[in-house]
Amino acid sequence: MDLDLLFRALSDATRRRLIDELAERDGQTLFELHVRLITYYGASLSRQALSKHLQVLEEAGLLRTEWQWRSKHHFLDLTPLRHAWTLWLAGHAGERAPESRPSAAEPSAAQPAAPQPDAAPAAAPSPSPPQRRTPA
Amino acid sequence: MRIELASVMVDDLDKALRFYTEVLGFRPKVDMPLGASRWLTVVSQDAPDGTQLVLEPDAHPAAKPFKAALKRDGIPFTSFGVSDCKAEHERLVALGVRFTQPPVTMGPVTTAVFDDTCGNLLQIHQQH
Repeated sequence: MDLDLLFRALSDATRRRLIDELAERDGQTLFELHVRLITYYGASLSRQALSKHLQVLEEAGLLRTEWQWRSKHHFLDLTPLRHAWTLWLAGHAGERAPESRPSAAEPSAAQPAAPQPDAAPAAAPSPSPPQRRTPA
Repeated sequence: MRIELASVMVDDLDKALRFYTEVLGFRPKVDMPLGASRWLTVVSQDAPDGTQLVLEPDAHPAAKPFKAALKRDGIPFTSFGVSDCKAEHERLVALGVRFTQPPVTMGPVTTAVFDDTCGNLLQIHQQH
């Protein structure tokens, strides 16, 4: 799990749209994704540029490809997003930070977020239980 | 000038003639010997004097890699007009046709993409 690769993959509107379109219908070919981007977003990108975007998403583990009858289909894999949530994002953006963290957590996120009586109000976790997603 | 002929490059003429007539429903128009091969065309059922589709052997060395590259990326090189894309999709699926893209409506058109068993992807499109 490489957070740098993941956030780099997410740092581009076209690539986020590709995730949206694959969430709408998984397993698309390059052709279908290209037509969708052009139709829905007025994108003017070439198929070659799209191919590179897909490669970046694949390197980040966000999609995998599968050959079906000699056509290449792209399937979404949101596991890295869930890992990023568990490893780092939830510690800052969750309603309440996870109570136990994997040992691979980044140092900046490794501070325990257990409620402390003297915690500053702005940093106080909400009383509701954390919405943790279990990595697939 | 009129568009009278369009071609698809197929890997086997007999197989192609069966698929394009028995499965897609086109009608044979011309079938005559030509050199080492044949001149083979089909037409739409409802336009027998309209544009002919030439079923052409993909014997040129560049043809097969070209076709394979298009197929890899899901690109149909030819598109046929239909009045009901979803109904046509259902009909073809029932006949065992493999689709790389089920009917999807994008703006003013619904399209679907399938395998012609002769090395090509074909599209059907319905204008709304």
